[in-house]
Amino acid sequence: MSASAATGYRATHTLPFWAEVRRQASRRRTQLALGFMVVLPLIILAAFEFGGGGEAEEDSDGGGAFSSIADLATSSGLNFTLFCLAVSAGFLLVVVVALFFGDTVASEASWGSLRYLLAIPVPRARLLGVKLIVAAGYSLLALLTLAGTGLLIGTLRYGWGPLGSTIAAEIPPAEGLLRLLGILAYLAVTLLVVAGLAFLLSVLTDAALGAVGGAVMLWILSNILNQIEALGDLRTVLPTYYTEAWRGLLSTPVQADELAKGAISAVVYATILWSFAFYRFTRKDITS
Amino acid sequence: MSALTAGLRRALPRLTRRRAIVAAVALVLIAAAAVWAVRPERASWTSEELRLTVRSGPAGTEPVELDARFYLPRERSGKVPAVLLAHGFGGTKNSVSSDAESLADRGYAVLTWTARGFGRSGGEIHLDSPDYEVRDAQGLLDWLAARPEVRTDAAGDPRVGVVGGSYGGALALLLAGQDQRVDAIVPSITWNDLGKAFLPQSAGTDALGVFKKSWAGLFFGNGSADLLEGPRETAIGDPACGRFAADVCAAYLQMATTGLPEQATLDLLSRSSPAGVLDKIKAPTLLIQGAVDSLFPLSEADANAKGIAATGTPVRVAWFTGGHDGGVGPDSDADRVKFLTVQWLDHYLNGEGETPSDDFTWSRVAGFSALDRGLVTNGYSADAYPGLAGTRSAEVTVEGPAQPIANPPNGNPGALSSLPGLGGRLSSLLSGGVAMDVPGQFAAFTSAPLREAVDVAGSPTVRLKVASPTGEAVVFVKLYDVDQNGVATLSAGLVAPVRLTGLPANLNDAQAVTVTLPAIVRQVEAGHTLRVTVATSDQAFLTPAQPATYTVAVEPAVTLPTLVGTPIANPAIIWWYALAGVVGVILLGLLVVLLVLRRRHRRQESTVTEEYADTPLVVRGLRKAYGDGFVAVQEIGFTVRRGQVVGLLGPNGAGKTTTLRVLMGLTQPTEGEIFVFGHRLVPGAPILSRVGALVEGPGFLPHLSGYQNLKAYWQATGRPWEDARFEEALEIAGLGDSVHRKTRKYSHGMRQRLAIAQAMLGLPELLVLDEPTDGLDPPQIAEMRRVLQRYATDGRAVLVSSHLLAEVEQTCTHAVVVNKGRIVASGPVEDIVGDSPSVQLDVTDVPAATRVLAELGVRSVTPEGTSGLIVDMNGTARSELVASLVGAGIGVDRLVPRRRLEDAFLALVGDNSRGSGDR
Repeated sequence: MSASAATGYRATHTLPFWAEVRRQASRRRTQLALGFMVVLPLIILAAFEFGGGGEAEEDSDGGGAFSSIADLATSSGLNFTLFCLAVSAGFLLVVVVALFFGDTVASEASWGSLRYLLAIPVPRARLLGVKLIVAAGYSLLALLTLAGTGLLIGTLRYGWGPLGSTIAAEIPPAEGLLRLLGILAYLAVTLLVVAGLAFLLSVLTDAALGAVGGAVMLWILSNILNQIEALGDLRTVLPTYYTEAWRGLLSTPVQADELAKGAISAVVYATILWSFAFYRFTRKDITS
Repeated sequence: MSALTAGLRRALPRLTRRRAIVAAVALVLIAAAAVWAVRPERASWTSEELRLTVRSGPAGTEPVELDARFYLPRERSGKVPAVLLAHGFGGTKNSVSSDAESLADRGYAVLTWTARGFGRSGGEIHLDSPDYEVRDAQGLLDWLAARPEVRTDAAGDPRVGVVGGSYGGALALLLAGQDQRVDAIVPSITWNDLGKAFLPQSAGTDALGVFKKSWAGLFFGNGSADLLEGPRETAIGDPACGRFAADVCAAYLQMATTGLPEQATLDLLSRSSPAGVLDKIKAPTLLIQGAVDSLFPLSEADANAKGIAATGTPVRVAWFTGGHDGGVGPDSDADRVKFLTVQWLDHYLNGEGETPSDDFTWSRVAGFSALDRGLVTNGYSADAYPGLAGTRSAEVTVEGPAQPIANPPNGNPGALSSLPGLGGRLSSLLSGGVAMDVPGQFAAFTSAPLREAVDVAGSPTVRLKVASPTGEAVVFVKLYDVDQNGVATLSAGLVAPVRLTGLPANLNDAQAVTVTLPAIVRQVEAGHTLRVTVATSDQAFLTPAQPATYTVAVEPAVTLPTLVGTPIANPAIIWWYALAGVVGVILLGLLVVLLVLRRRHRRQESTVTEEYADTPLVVRGLRKAYGDGFVAVQEIGFTVRRGQVVGLLGPNGAGKTTTLRVLMGLTQPTEGEIFVFGHRLVPGAPILSRVGALVEGPGFLPHLSGYQNLKAYWQATGRPWEDARFEEALEIAGLGDSVHRKTRKYSHGMRQRLAIAQAMLGLPELLVLDEPTDGLDPPQIAEMRRVLQRYATDGRAVLVSSHLLAEVEQTCTHAVVVNKGRIVASGPVEDIVGDSPSVQLDVTDVPAATRVLAELGVRSVTPEGTSGLIVDMNGTARSELVASLVGAGIGVDRLVPRRRLEDAFLALVGDNSRGSGDR
């Protein structure tokens, strides 16, 4: 008579991944964020087409090795994709990732649906785990959508060619694609810090906007501190210190040590922030 | 404003003592870490400023005072070996202070001094003359031998190494050739033959070389500048010579004027060159030369290495990407050079470590650093020093017709190759953007795109034919690496100056001469082309003043020496291992946490208190105190049995919602226990799945319809679809077609009904509803009452909270009345609602009635309003009471029996119509 749970209830089956994926997919902000990842490359393409006649200005030295990523953007589909990623990495992707991670728990809290999920009961750690993984999935999807769209329309417009690099020789297309995937992977890893920050704030506050904005603001703060050279080696502990290291993938051979350091920094930060989020959420009183 | 501060207060965690302490500790730790990170370290050495007088000159009798500094390691066991650290041209002892400090840190006594003619030292510049600068250094060796801290090999013979770059490097070589007391030397970026360095000739002829005017001028200017900026000792000769000795000055002036040195000048340069003393050097020599050095190119070190090794003295050679043009090079190169130097000294001075192998290390540019845009190089090593001819060679064919080229008068306009003296041009010199030829003055011979990459390391050679109407010609041969975009790079800005004499006027009569181009280290990538350019002018050199037109041709074969080395493992690889380690540790930690949690979870689930196994809800001694000390509920205890509809009644803020929150596992109780069907309830306990809830209003995803919301909710339970009893729930919600509208457009009542339906999904055995009738209209309230009563059949139970007495009275079988966080009454509703011993009376004469009632022996009489009385009857019959009053002539307008629940509840609310506080 005293079953420990309702028939059919199993803690490990609550809030299935697909249920959470659908919960998020139906939201306008998810659709907008992903949609923008498709639209951005189109806007950039249009800007190149209407702006400079598609041709980068020639430097006096032939517009070669020293021209910037922007000048190379129209040289091939790979370069166009690289440009799309480079312009988004600093802010847009940060905001998108902060949105997916910062909004996920806080918005449930602000709607009041969080307490019903917990009363099902979805175990708190499972709830966070599922939300974390689904947010990570959407963030990755956004990143891949941006790169995929960029690659598709860039290749259609500018052709399939080698990846021109600003800091080394051209990279043949097949290897260039691999490098681009490497850049994507590294960007994804550095964004783990934003993910950690936003997720922690999402757990601490009931205001989704506060979590997203707070994470972006802290990221900007770290960027500002990173600009202050007087801080010297103290800057290496800043979460944004290694964000530009993906450029090392454009040189031949690949400059990988900064990548490794950046990955360590990001993984450690994310682990600490996420651990704290789990610690806090599994103990706190839900007051929403 | 107050709303803002209230908002802030809500957003920020409340400041409690515990939090304040934690924050303070964290702050102190961070501050301590920051201070520790930036604190100045106590140096591991001491230094002493010295004015040393040594006697030099051909006879060793001319005193000169040298400005010196002596470093000693702070902690040393016994006597330590010494290092003489010499500075470059134009420098002082301060220029090498950081090197001196790091050597002192390694345990060496280090003596640095400002060479004569520079800084605060006396004397004149004799250009590393064996009679002057070298004798000075010998005097310093004497001084070192006399120091008690310095280890000696024999009396007057200190254990000493000589380290120096450029001017100091030549001094190291010359000193080691002149004084056998020197035990090891590390000369870097220095010359072998000063005459050849300033008058380079790349063709295999005996003709004099071409004067390297810009570097010579820089050198000379450096020696003079000291005087012009502020003479320490007045009246040292004329302004044309600065602090140069008269013979050196005269030699420069003569050479710079004509570009053709006299024999006296050549003799002077030869005396200042290690070339003549190489066979006397017995000290093991580590030669470090830069590949980006148009002043003393790799060929100078090559000549030194061959000369010293010829006598069997150990010699090791290393190249780095830097030099007089390129500076110290990238960090990886600077680190390698430092490592090699220390390894050399440690072995040959200190006897530590194995004999350094004689393998050869060099570096090649890999690209730009991703972060700071500096150059990045890869290190390579080979078993032995191969010289400038490489271990193998590749031939590239260049094509082009014989071409006439014009020599501009006085070399103006002139082609540009390097930028002497600017320094820090490493990246531009190695990646194009500097070198420039003047149209009409150069001939180009180009190859087809290379099929595969060529790793050039050494001196390429070409064969050149020149015809000149004057019989003489000065030309500059350059090798460009041209990429697919046409960007041409003159590797390291190095050119091969050629002065040819006895030339025919017609090219057909010309003999081909072999031109050995300066040694370079470069990978020419596949797809690039090579271009050999022969130019008539170069701004760095003094060319014939007379205009002339030469005809030049280059034979097709260009020989490129190649060298294949083993890449030196990048020490940064360790970071990848570190990353793998970090990820591994994190995964392991995660695994451990998961296992621990699962174990704890299992233990929790299995405990059942048999006593309550069949009781939907038992609450015992519940207490919830918040962090700020506010106690929301205490000593709450009640039971909900099967079939009961229990009402939790209390004014707003009485603690009803807090109780329900604890019940749903949203809030941790401070004390007390809750059992649901015998299972102890903790946040997230599986037993909650047998409880349906509406707590503190509905919570829906606003962008979904009511139907989708219910569906999403049920999906989140992970339970089978058919268990949901969807239709029944929808019927209870009674939303009709509105169920397919988005919930954000719902009215309060609609949302409330949907929430109740959600709580009933799956027909849970215990239903907990917080203010279920909130927002409903009267017919819906009535309907809800029936629904709840019906629900509590089949062994199910319902717990309803309300602040409305009537609702509880009409809906519930049992009631629990709470106020100010405590239970004030509980039991079956009939019991509570049953007649109370008190009545409410409205009488015409209150004082008289009070007297009469007192005589009747009632328990209490309380006036209420102007004509009302509340009487506790104490067993007296109501009829008797009315009879007595009427008998006493008092009119009774109204008599209302009161009920217990009302008594209790009104007593609570009546005292304070605003409820029991804002909870």
